[in-house]
Amino acid sequence: MAERAEPTELTRMTATGIAGLVAAGEVSAVEVARAHLDRIAATDQRVHAFLQVDTEGATAAAAAVDAARAAGAPLSPLAGVPVAVKDVFATRGLPTTCGSKILEGWRPPYDATTVARLRAAGLVVLGKTNMDEFAMGSSTEYSAYGPTRNPWDLARIPGGSGGGSSASLAAFQAPLAIGSDTGGSIRQPGAVTGTVGVKPTYGGTSRYGLVAFSSSLDTPGPCARTVADAAALHAVIAGHDPGDSTSIPQPVPDVVAAAARGATGDLAGVRLGLVRELAGEGAEPGVMAAFREAVDALTKLGAEVVEVSCPHFGYALPAYYLIAPSECSSNLARFDGVRYGLRTGDDGTRALEEVMSLTREAGFGPEVKRRIMLGTYALSSGYYDAYYGQAQKVRTLIARDFTAAFAQADALISPTTPFVAFRFGERTADPYQMYLADLYTIPANLAGTPAISVPCGLSGGMPVGLQVMAPAMADDRMYRVAAALESVLPAPAPPQL
Amino acid sequence: MVVRATVEPDLEDVVRRYEPMIGLEVHVELGTRTKMFCGCPTGFGAEPNTQVCPVCLGLPGSLPVANRAAIEATIRIGLALNCQVASWCRFARKNYFYPDMPKNYQISQYDEPLCTGGWLDVDVAGETGDTVRVGIERVHLEEDTGKTLHLGGATGRIHGATESLVDYNRAGIPLVEVVTRPVAGTGARAPATARAYVAALRDLVRSLGVSDVRMEQGSLRCDVNTSLAPVGAGEWGTRTETKNVNSLRSVERAVRSELIRQAAVLDRGERVVLETRHFHEEAGDSTPGRSKETATDYRYFPEPDLVPLAPDPAWVAQLRAGLPEPPREHRRRLQAAWGLSDVDMQAVLNAGAVGLVEATVAAGTTPEAARKWWLGELSRRANEAGVDLAEVGAGPADVAALQQMVDQGTLSDKLARTVLDGVLAGEGSPAEVVAARDLAVVSDSGTLIAAVEQAIAAHPEVAAKVRDGKVAAAGVLVGAVMKATGGQADARAVRELVLSRLGAA
Repeated sequence: MAERAEPTELTRMTATGIAGLVAAGEVSAVEVARAHLDRIAATDQRVHAFLQVDTEGATAAAAAVDAARAAGAPLSPLAGVPVAVKDVFATRGLPTTCGSKILEGWRPPYDATTVARLRAAGLVVLGKTNMDEFAMGSSTEYSAYGPTRNPWDLARIPGGSGGGSSASLAAFQAPLAIGSDTGGSIRQPGAVTGTVGVKPTYGGTSRYGLVAFSSSLDTPGPCARTVADAAALHAVIAGHDPGDSTSIPQPVPDVVAAAARGATGDLAGVRLGLVRELAGEGAEPGVMAAFREAVDALTKLGAEVVEVSCPHFGYALPAYYLIAPSECSSNLARFDGVRYGLRTGDDGTRALEEVMSLTREAGFGPEVKRRIMLGTYALSSGYYDAYYGQAQKVRTLIARDFTAAFAQADALISPTTPFVAFRFGERTADPYQMYLADLYTIPANLAGTPAISVPCGLSGGMPVGLQVMAPAMADDRMYRVAAALESVLPAPAPPQL
Repeated sequence: MVVRATVEPDLEDVVRRYEPMIGLEVHVELGTRTKMFCGCPTGFGAEPNTQVCPVCLGLPGSLPVANRAAIEATIRIGLALNCQVASWCRFARKNYFYPDMPKNYQISQYDEPLCTGGWLDVDVAGETGDTVRVGIERVHLEEDTGKTLHLGGATGRIHGATESLVDYNRAGIPLVEVVTRPVAGTGARAPATARAYVAALRDLVRSLGVSDVRMEQGSLRCDVNTSLAPVGAGEWGTRTETKNVNSLRSVERAVRSELIRQAAVLDRGERVVLETRHFHEEAGDSTPGRSKETATDYRYFPEPDLVPLAPDPAWVAQLRAGLPEPPREHRRRLQAAWGLSDVDMQAVLNAGAVGLVEATVAAGTTPEAARKWWLGELSRRANEAGVDLAEVGAGPADVAALQQMVDQGTLSDKLARTVLDGVLAGEGSPAEVVAARDLAVVSDSGTLIAAVEQAIAAHPEVAAKVRDGKVAAAGVLVGAVMKATGGQADARAVRELVLSRLGAA
C-alpha cells in the first residue's frame, strides 16, 4: 500500500486500518460503530444516504465482536468494521424496500447470502442505503424516498442506482458499503463520488437475497474508499453459494494479494487495452482529460498501453435496454399486494385483479413502470425474436469482442462514465440522457466480466473515475491495475460537509 | 388398465359424420423428498402453509436451485416413453398473474423440453381389443402451483367468491407434463383410448417408482383436448381443453360428452369455440371456462436464474439401463407364465392385483391359488372396507403363508378365512394368529382316535348301520367328532378314521 498516513479520526480511517485497531484491542468495535452512527446522525439530514439506520443491530453486532475478541476467539480480517448495505439486499428483520413504496414495511425473514457473509465475518451492518427504485436509474432521483445528495456538491446526484452506498463512503458515514451492479450501479456512483466501486465476475458473488432487477446481469459487489479495502470486502462476500445456481463453483481469485501487489506501483509487463469505442463520443472533455492523465500515469508505472477495438460495444446500450426491462417485467410481477408489502384498494368491493392493478399503480414509480412496459412488450409473442432474441445475440457478440480484446491485453481501460455528477433534474426529463450514464459500464454486465472504477482525478472540481475491465474470474488483474493507479493518484478528499 | 368401451348409439352416430381427434396433457407430481427448487418437504396433507420457505413462497431475492432427483425422474419417464433426451435444454418462465403462483410466473419448459418424440403402446379393450400407439410430443419438468380455496361463491371457483385462501404447500412440487401428439383414427373408441392411455401412463410411471400417481389426490392430473372435423375434411376442427378430469372414468366420460356436445354444435351449423372447459364429475358434463380465442401471451423466456440442463450422456445411458420392464411387457410375460386367458388376466388387471398376485406367486403359491385369494376373498374384504386391494391389511407373504397351511392340511378353507380375519384385524402373521387363537386343524391321531371311539360308543345304532355297509350314516359320527374337536379337525380325515374303525373303509 502507498505510504499514506492513516488518519486518526475513526470515520476517516480505512477499513483495514480500523480492523487492525480492533484486533489489537486499541479501540472497541462498539466505539467504531458509535463513531459512524454519530457521523450518520450528524450528516445524513443533508446527504440522505440511508433509508434505514440500525443503531441497535449495529451496536449489538459490534458488541459481539468485542466479546469474541475478549474470549480470545480468532477474528476475521474485517471484524468490527462497519458496512452500509444497499437496500436491495434482504436483511432479516430489517426493512428492505429497494427504494420502492411497494415494499414499504417489508421485513424479510432471511438474510441475503452477501449479508450473511458480512455478519459471519464480524462486519457491523450500519443500515440500508438509498437507491433508485429497484436499482433502475443512475442518480437516486428515482428513489421513492427522495434522492441522495453527492457529498462533493449537495446540489448534484451521487450516481445510481447505488448512490446511497457510494455517498455514505464519501460522507465518511461508513468505511465500506455493498452495492449491486446491473448496468453500472456500483461503478458509476463510485466514479462520481470519488470512491472505489467493483462489479465482480457475474457468478463470482451470490445473488441469493439480492432482490432481482435483471437476473442475468445483477452482480453484488464491494464499495470502498480504497482499492485495498474493496479487495478485503470482495474476499469476504465472494465465493460459490449453492443457493444461487448461477454462482461459479471455483475459488475466488486472490484479489487482496493482487491489490497489495499493485500498490507497490509496479505494472511492468502488464498490457492495458484502451477501448476505442469507450473513449470519445459523449464524454465530457474534462473527463477525457483526467482519463488521459491517468493513462499516462499507468504508462509511467510500466504498463504497456495498446488501443483495442470492440466493434459491437455500440450496440450494448440498446441491447441492455431490451434485456434488463424484459427480465425486470417478469421479476417484478411478484409485487402484487397478495403476500407482502403495499396493498391498495382492498376495500371488499374490488376483484383480485383490480386490487393487484391498483397496488402496482400506486406502488411503482414512473421509471419502474416504463421498464416493465418496455420489457412486457419486448417479450410479447411476435416481438420476442426481434427484441429479446436479437439483444441476446448482441450479447454474444459483445462477449466475443471482449475475448478478442483480452487476447491483446491483460486488462481493458476506459473512463467509468462519460460525465461527472450532474445536477438534480438535469436528466430526468429525457430517459435516454439518463441511460447514457451507463454507456461505458454496460458492456461488462452483458459479458459477465468484472470491472472496477477507481478515482482518477477531478473535472470542474468533481471526481472522475477510471474503469479497469478484466476477463471473467480474473478479478485480481483489475485490482492490481487499480491499486497501482491509486498509489500515484490517491483519491482526492471530498470537501467538509 | 384396459377398459371395455361402452359405445353409446349417439357417439356411433357422431363418428359416422365426424372424425374425432384427441390429445392428452397429463401432469404427474413427482414423489421426490423435496420440492423442485428448494429443500421443503413434499408430503401430502400437511397443515396449510407449513411446508414453505422464501424460495417456494417467491419472496423477493430468493432463487431456485434445480432438484437433481426430479430431473432424473423426468429423464426416466422420458426414456420409458421412448423419447429422445435433450443434450442441452433450459427452463423457461411462463408469465401470468394468479395468486396461487407466488412469483406470478411459473418455472416451466417451453421450446426446449427435456424429452421429446416418443410413444406409448396402449391396449384398448373392446370388441376388437387392439393396440393404439400414442405418440408422445414432449415430456417436460416444471413447478406446481399452490392451491386456492374460494369461499362464498356457489361453485367453489374464483368467480363469485367473496374470499380466497391460498395454501402454498404444493407450490414448487416438481411436476412432469407429458403431452401426446394428436391421436386420430380411433373413432367411437376415442373415449376408451383416452382412458386406456392415461391408465397405461399411470402404470408406467408407477412402475418407475417416481410418483404415487393418485388421481384422487391430484398427483396425476389430466387435461383432455378434443376436436371434431367432418369426415374427409382434411384438416382438424377447433379443439377444446377439458380440465378437472379427476379419475379414469372421468377421462372416458369427458371425451365422450365433449364429442357429443361438439357434434351438436356443428350440427346446428355453429362453430366450436376454442376454450377451456371444466368437467363436472357428478353430472358427467362440462361447462365453459376461459376462452382461448384471444390467446394468452405467457411471454416465455429462458429462466435466467437457472443454468442450462445438460444431462451427461453416460448418466442417461445408466438411467436407460436401469429402467424396469415396461408394465405392458411385464403383464404379457406374467399372463403367459400364469397361463391365464385374456379375460382372466383382464380381471386381475381390473382388480389392481397384478403386483400382489406376482408377489404371492414369488412367495411360493401357485398362480391359480394366488389369483383366487386376491380376486375373491381379499377383493371382497377390500370392497367392504372401501380401500385399495394393496391396503386391505394382508400382504402377499400373508396370503402365501395361509395357502401353504391349507396345502399342508394345517388349515381347512374355512379356518383359513378365520385366520385371515385375525390378520386383517392386525393380530399378526397367519402363524401368529393360528397360535394365538389355537386354530390349527386337529391332526394328532391320538386325540382324534379318542374322539372317534367316544362318538362310536355314544351312537351304537349308527355304528351298527355303518358296519352293515350303510356308509352314508357315518356323517352323524363325523359331525359328533367335529363338534367334540371344536371344528378344528379335518372332516375328511375324520371320516376316513370312522370308516376304518368300523371296518367299512
